[in-house]
Amino acid sequence: MSPAPRPYTLVAELTYACPLHCVYCSNPVDFARHHDALEADDWRRVLREAEQLGVVQVNFTGGEPLLRRDLEVLVEQARALDLYTNLITSGIPLERERLVRLRQLGLDNVQVSIQDARPAESDRIAGCEAFQGKLRVARWVKELGFSLTVNVVLHRQNLDRIEESIALAEELHADRLELANAQYLGWAFLNRPALLPTAAQLERARSVAARARARLEGRMEVVFVIPDYYVEFPPACMDGWGRRFIVVTPDGLLLPCLLAHTLPGLSFGNVREASVEELWTSSPGLIAFRGEAWMPEPCRNCDRRAIDFGGCRCQAFHLTGNAAATDPACSLSPHHALIELARDEAARAPSELGALRYRTAGTSAAR
Amino acid sequence: MAHPGLPAERAVIPPEGKPALAAKARLRYDQASGGYMLLYPERGLALNATATSILKLCDGELTIDGIVERLGREYAERPAPELRQDVLEFLAEMVRRGLLQVRG
Repeated sequence: MSPAPRPYTLVAELTYACPLHCVYCSNPVDFARHHDALEADDWRRVLREAEQLGVVQVNFTGGEPLLRRDLEVLVEQARALDLYTNLITSGIPLERERLVRLRQLGLDNVQVSIQDARPAESDRIAGCEAFQGKLRVARWVKELGFSLTVNVVLHRQNLDRIEESIALAEELHADRLELANAQYLGWAFLNRPALLPTAAQLERARSVAARARARLEGRMEVVFVIPDYYVEFPPACMDGWGRRFIVVTPDGLLLPCLLAHTLPGLSFGNVREASVEELWTSSPGLIAFRGEAWMPEPCRNCDRRAIDFGGCRCQAFHLTGNAAATDPACSLSPHHALIELARDEAARAPSELGALRYRTAGTSAAR
Repeated sequence: MAHPGLPAERAVIPPEGKPALAAKARLRYDQASGGYMLLYPERGLALNATATSILKLCDGELTIDGIVERLGREYAERPAPELRQDVLEFLAEMVRRGLLQVRG
């Protein structure tokens, strides 16, 4: 068994509830089966124990973390521990007074998601009217002296307008712009035919983003993340399984990534029953893919195994049915043809928007 | 802190400029390592002692000259021009990363 490394970031998923219905939501497709079982006191303890273990940053996220009326108490606890405190939000529902209060409590950074620079397109992907509210919130964030991250999820339908997203982030004076392509897991996997871009779209968008990064250097950090489906070698998913990130779900599971509890055969402990340290160190699900002992060929003898850690376990499972397979996104994977097939389909698919499956409690429960 | 291949001239900092940490960046003492970290969204840098001393002086009040002078007391063995050059290069790198703002 590899010794447990030091975690640096806690991803606190306060609830899976969300007023938006984004078609690429990173929550599990069966999110409606999970409930908000953790009380504020549980979360406060999780924050303390995570900090003890080495965590220096916390991302309060969801679903929509603003739906937790005790968010303030948690921000206060995080700052009492001197954690760098991030709110990852859709901006809905938020009143200015609440944001003022969060500022007073020491919240450091607010990340607002925007689905598209065009209002109608943004609302279509979100499945509700949210765009104008988001812009209002982003402006308050800057007025109140916070650092602002704008996050735009990219896909087939908005990649060709990436310039508009960059211009919008500039207009909002964002400190950081994440131009992150959807990764095809969970909801995005269900919607892959409508969302997966072509190689040509990506190449163009990547060069636009690179120019923006150079032009805005020192003013706005521009991050461009390509989909794993178009890499030669996969990125280090979550910086490696159970290595740098602790994820705690609304019902208290301690995970190495956002979707690990959707993998069959893995058991993860609950923070209501054990300490963060105990779970991080010895929960069977955390140990399963930590280190290199689990690796199949070609990872086992690959020079890149300490760089990408075998890629994404959830992607391996989605595509091959085996979570312990080499990530098919890797060009060395024996299953890489599955990725090439999806790319070919994307290249042949019509450009107009196909049918979308929205993230709703109803569609989730049916799964 | 290493900052390889830094083109110092890309972000020229005037001597009368007053650097301060950007809104997104915050220093944090790290119990485990006994040093400081500079934290910002999704990232963190482990700072060495010199980088920490410099950033602690970036309070938006001190000028570059003021920072170099204060540091000179702490690092008396370093020739002043060399120290000044190191400070400028480090600050330029921090500006380039958007972690530091220079006013005035």
